[in-house]
Amino acid sequence: MSTPMVEAIGIHKRFGSTEVLRGVDFVVQPGEVACVVGPSGSGKSTMLRCINHLERIDSGRLRVDGHLIGYREAGGKLHEMRESEIAKQRRDIGMVFQRFNLFPHKTALENVMEAPLVVRRSARAAARKQAEELLDRVGLADRMTNYPAQLSGGQQQRVAIARALAMSPRLMLFDEPTSALDPELVGEVLDVMRGLARDGMTMIVVTHEMGFAREVGDSLVFMDEGRIVEAGAPREVLSNPREERTKAFLSKVL
Amino acid sequence: MTASSTDRDVRSSEPLDAVPVRHPGRWVAVAVLAVLAAMFVHTVLTNDNFRWNVVGTYLFSAPVLNGLSNTLLLTVISMVIGIVGGILLAVMRLSPNPILSSVAALYIWVFRGTPLIAQLLFWNFLSALYPRLALGIPFGPEFISFDTNLLINQFAACLLGLGLNEAAYMAEIVRGGIQSVDHGQTEAAGALGMSRAQTLRRIVLPQAMRVIIPPTGNETISMLKTTSLVVVIGYFELLTSVQRIYSVNFQTIPLLIVAAAWYLALTSVLSVGQGFVERRFGRGVQSGPPGPTLLRWRPAT
Repeated sequence: MSTPMVEAIGIHKRFGSTEVLRGVDFVVQPGEVACVVGPSGSGKSTMLRCINHLERIDSGRLRVDGHLIGYREAGGKLHEMRESEIAKQRRDIGMVFQRFNLFPHKTALENVMEAPLVVRRSARAAARKQAEELLDRVGLADRMTNYPAQLSGGQQQRVAIARALAMSPRLMLFDEPTSALDPELVGEVLDVMRGLARDGMTMIVVTHEMGFAREVGDSLVFMDEGRIVEAGAPREVLSNPREERTKAFLSKVL
Repeated sequence: MTASSTDRDVRSSEPLDAVPVRHPGRWVAVAVLAVLAAMFVHTVLTNDNFRWNVVGTYLFSAPVLNGLSNTLLLTVISMVIGIVGGILLAVMRLSPNPILSSVAALYIWVFRGTPLIAQLLFWNFLSALYPRLALGIPFGPEFISFDTNLLINQFAACLLGLGLNEAAYMAEIVRGGIQSVDHGQTEAAGALGMSRAQTLRRIVLPQAMRVIIPPTGNETISMLKTTSLVVVIGYFELLTSVQRIYSVNFQTIPLLIVAAAWYLALTSVLSVGQGFVERRFGRGVQSGPPGPTLLRWRPAT
């Protein structure tokens, strides 16, 4: 069997005295679309942020594509990585945020070009061509010279997806990508994500969109109070939840 | 209910034809201001003590222009030292490295906490403390050494005093600007694989500029006038120049008007420049520099 894209073993994370993750284990295979659901405060966003080391785990092991994230193993000991090594690891992991976090002083095109230009030192013409293709792919060919403030929430989130794709990541993390959107704009973002899944991108999606999880997800994880309560095929978990807490949560959101 | 007479043709999509609200208070204010302005102009023109001919004589005279060029030179160089130093100190202050952060805090504490005049005098009299300055290995041999008084002449002492003091104030302004940028920006840049330095230079600082520029404009305008403190170490600029002239010919008021006119002119140029810079860094954000409706010097966008 191939190396899992993401392998998390016994992840613990605390902020001060509150333990946000209390031993989380899961595996995501290449090409898999894993959806993570759960009530707010269940630790699902924190889990996602640990995967690209925006949060540092307190214990456990977290590997992406077989490599420990944020640490090096040498001589039977863990060594913290330098900032530049962490930056290098993050290039292969795209992230899309709930609140888009587009660079407001740059146009849509410049937002997408930024990382290839600065991080990969691509030639300007090549970066521009790639950015135009990506914006076209997310349906924003006519919005390239607009600043984020001139775009709707759905358009901004699609630019953010194109920006993450510009580094050709092997894994995409979505942190509630549609939660800050007006209801009528959710569809356009989910369409882009559906397209990505169809193209074989490995994706971990923290979401409240149960319809999307059921239709696009290969697996579904239900988290509560820092633990994975239930995991399995989305249809299975959503239709026949085994655990009481899953049932209680689903009865509120479905 | 009967339709009122204004209800005719409401669907014609013609612009509303309504009587605007009257502002009688504004007309009263205009009348009062007009009388005051007339009184002011009258007294300025008729009171011979203003001696406008003297103002005219000295406005472009060599000593005044000399002082003016010194004021400009000191302001520009001191502000460059202050801004560059301020950015450096702010970045150090916010660094996760506790040593860098503490050094910056110490610098800011010392340079904001002691009077500028004392700092100017200190740099000027540095030779009393260290007659020679040398480059070499600490506690070891020296490669070259200089006479302190030759290395730090009056002009250099002015720049050190004004620039290093300004850096401490600019550091706090820049720090405020950097901290005003949403943390999500840093996270997004980090998630793309950008380093801390790249994130600061390409993402955070350009956005922080919007917050940094208005107080920096203040600092620059303030510096324009603070340069007059260099008189304590025997250097001269605009205000010192006119003081030297009126201490001889006793035309105090006309010469102060000369200085004030130049300061106002420079401040006006700076304000216009600030507006341009603010719009440059306001890209992507709708709000530009606000202007009062009466004194709008920029075209409406």
